[in-house]
Amino acid sequence: MTTFLGMPAVGGGPAIRHARVPGSIPGALGNVFESEHFPDYAERELGNAQLRRNLGHATSTIRAKRANVVAELPDWEELRSAGAAIKQTVMANLPELLEQFAEAFEAAGGHVHWARDADEANRIVEELIEAHAPVLDTGRREVVKIKSMATQEIGLNEYLEPRGIDAFETDLAELIVQLGDDKPSHILVPAIHKNRTEIRDIFLEQMPDVDPGLTDDPPKLAEAARRHLRNKFLTTKVAVSGANFGIASTGTLGVVESEGNGRMCLTLPETLITVMGIEKLLPAPEDLEVFLQLLPRSSTGERMNPYTSFWTGVTPGDGPQNVHVVLLDNGRSRALADEYGRSALHCIRCSACMNVCPVYERTGGHAYGSTYPGPIGAILSPLLTGVEAEENDSLPYASSLCGACYSACPVKIDIPSILVHLRGEDHLAKEEAAAEAGPAQRVRRLASAEGQLDAGLKAASWAMADGRRIALAERALPLASLLGARSGRIRRMPGVVGAWTSSRDVPRLPAQSFRTWWGKNRGAAPSSGHDRSAAAKEGDR
Amino acid sequence: MRIALFATCIVDAMYPEVARDTVTILERLGHEVVFPERQACCGQMHINSGDFAGAHPVVAGHVRAFEEEPGWDVAVAPSGSCVASLGHQQPMIARRAGDEDLAARAEDLASRTYELAQLLTDVLGVTDAAAQLGSYFPHPVTYHPSCHGMRLLNLGDRQRELLSTVEGIDLRELPQADQCCGFGGTFSMKNRQVSSAMLEDKAANIVSTGASLCAGGDASCLMHIGGGLSRSGAVSPRGGAVGTVHLARVLASTREKPLLPPRSEPILSGGSLR
Repeated sequence: MTTFLGMPAVGGGPAIRHARVPGSIPGALGNVFESEHFPDYAERELGNAQLRRNLGHATSTIRAKRANVVAELPDWEELRSAGAAIKQTVMANLPELLEQFAEAFEAAGGHVHWARDADEANRIVEELIEAHAPVLDTGRREVVKIKSMATQEIGLNEYLEPRGIDAFETDLAELIVQLGDDKPSHILVPAIHKNRTEIRDIFLEQMPDVDPGLTDDPPKLAEAARRHLRNKFLTTKVAVSGANFGIASTGTLGVVESEGNGRMCLTLPETLITVMGIEKLLPAPEDLEVFLQLLPRSSTGERMNPYTSFWTGVTPGDGPQNVHVVLLDNGRSRALADEYGRSALHCIRCSACMNVCPVYERTGGHAYGSTYPGPIGAILSPLLTGVEAEENDSLPYASSLCGACYSACPVKIDIPSILVHLRGEDHLAKEEAAAEAGPAQRVRRLASAEGQLDAGLKAASWAMADGRRIALAERALPLASLLGARSGRIRRMPGVVGAWTSSRDVPRLPAQSFRTWWGKNRGAAPSSGHDRSAAAKEGDR
Repeated sequence: MRIALFATCIVDAMYPEVARDTVTILERLGHEVVFPERQACCGQMHINSGDFAGAHPVVAGHVRAFEEEPGWDVAVAPSGSCVASLGHQQPMIARRAGDEDLAARAEDLASRTYELAQLLTDVLGVTDAAAQLGSYFPHPVTYHPSCHGMRLLNLGDRQRELLSTVEGIDLRELPQADQCCGFGGTFSMKNRQVSSAMLEDKAANIVSTGASLCAGGDASCLMHIGGGLSRSGAVSPRGGAVGTVHLARVLASTREKPLLPPRSEPILSGGSLR
């Protein structure tokens, strides 16, 4: 058996440079695109005070929990390194591991399907559901679903709905999002943007059999959801899941969840269809030792995960007797081919980076457009699709590069460096476009904020290549320092730098630079701590 | 020791007093300071804007400037971010330009360049700023640890420890100190709303400490925080304006030549103590 995935040689062969070869490896389809520039969406979300309160409360609570349970482990750093090393091995040997996994999975009685992109994956799942889920009195088919990022990425629910198939989310937060006709805003806590009163209102409106006196007491809300879901678990014939891990040597799949609803889906229906990204493989069961420590502590701030389910093909008389896995590429080969970005595929979807991100905390997940929000989304979406796809070119800039995500990442993905790499990709793409642009487009670009920043960078690149040129530019300082001389500050600047003075003042410029001062006072000879008299008067401007 | 000063572009042009104070501190300890005159910038502005080709001559210029300067032992910059960029970014820029030679030289230069608190603590053995530097600053101060120093250079509490040993200082704990102030270079312009929201929270935390000044080790972050404090008209419990001050300025301040005389309010320009 061979994979069609076209994996590039990793480690050997010529390095793949950052210059892109358009169309050489297909990008992803599905919900991995920003539809509006991040700053614009973010600005709207920032205006929502309730959202900011909900997010601030939720992220600071999870942050504190995570920090506590991480601090208890003396070997946390070693665990992170081990996690990163295992994932690197997986990426370097992905084609072989995929074949090994597929063989083992089929040997255990399962069926393996390969999907190049979201469209193929959706079609495969649809066909399987049509073959195994009965048409109900309503004229529609039903499936139950375990919370899964991969099926959200491919837009499975939206694909199935017009084709006569209703997919019921069974994770409590996903249920809230689904009932509210909303989108998840966090990969682990999809309804993080809602508070419990808002959730009560959604239940009252959308659950047909709900107690009209339902309060916003969390146990009551959970009970309402349990009653709503229990009947579905007992009657539905087909379940769809994702997977946290696929073990190559044994063909085992694993799901990590905290409510037990996932286990209901994994054990009660007759047919189980799992959609798994090809990067989720681990070589052997022993590798789980590392990841089952890293994942719960990083995600929910728990020492141990509550419901951890593993299954290997079919066990006669126990659980689903018809077991399928759809191995999904959808841009992962593209990301893997990027030597600077491929470690983004190490992600175990823990969401620690979101919870510590000061940008995410203020904008929430929707502003990132994609199924994958926050810092990991800002790199993963453009890596899967190509940075030039739709509005994904704004994602690499949706970060102050503070590095909190890298410090928190359990598999040490250097997100800030990959963001900078993708900014480089974007810059190249824009340069290429500018080179081909006509005169009218050029004038328009010069007038834009981006064009001005670019022109500034070009001038700065020349000036900053040599301090002698800077010295020339700094001759303007005595004159420039007259700006704001009366108030001692500059409150408004023109053009693109006006974005700075929209909310911050600028100090009055000094009358002379340090360089000029040094030249006047110390230029002739090096300073000497032993000969202070040689030093000219301090404080002289 | 002969110490080469990397002033950084923002300090050179906007905050020359921070570089002068750095010179003062080092000379007070009996060291000799040299200023490689062809230095300009670490290149971070270009790199973080994705303009790797534009960054290449800047990186090459920085390395050349310090190589041309003869006989120095270590280099120092009053900035965690610029020092971090030397090690974390400059070699990458050189490699991407296919310039292995420059990459190796940039790595070598980075390995000999220290952030100010790092140099004072790890190399020059300063453990007590009052005793060893004569530092005196009798004012309520809080401290913001800038991200790149904290996370890329692993400065830990070096800057804070130095501040805490300044004579007379009333050092106050900043809530959520490890949260980014929202500067992020061009992030502050490209995503100005998010940046401003982060800044608002940082400023509120600073004001909540009752300090009149927030100290830090990076002039860029301090310009951002100070600019926000100035714009919002933040006042301390004593009624004066709240602003920012660079670590080097606090350490250079002495009883004989205080940066800010006791019981006086800071005079700020755009939120920065000049």
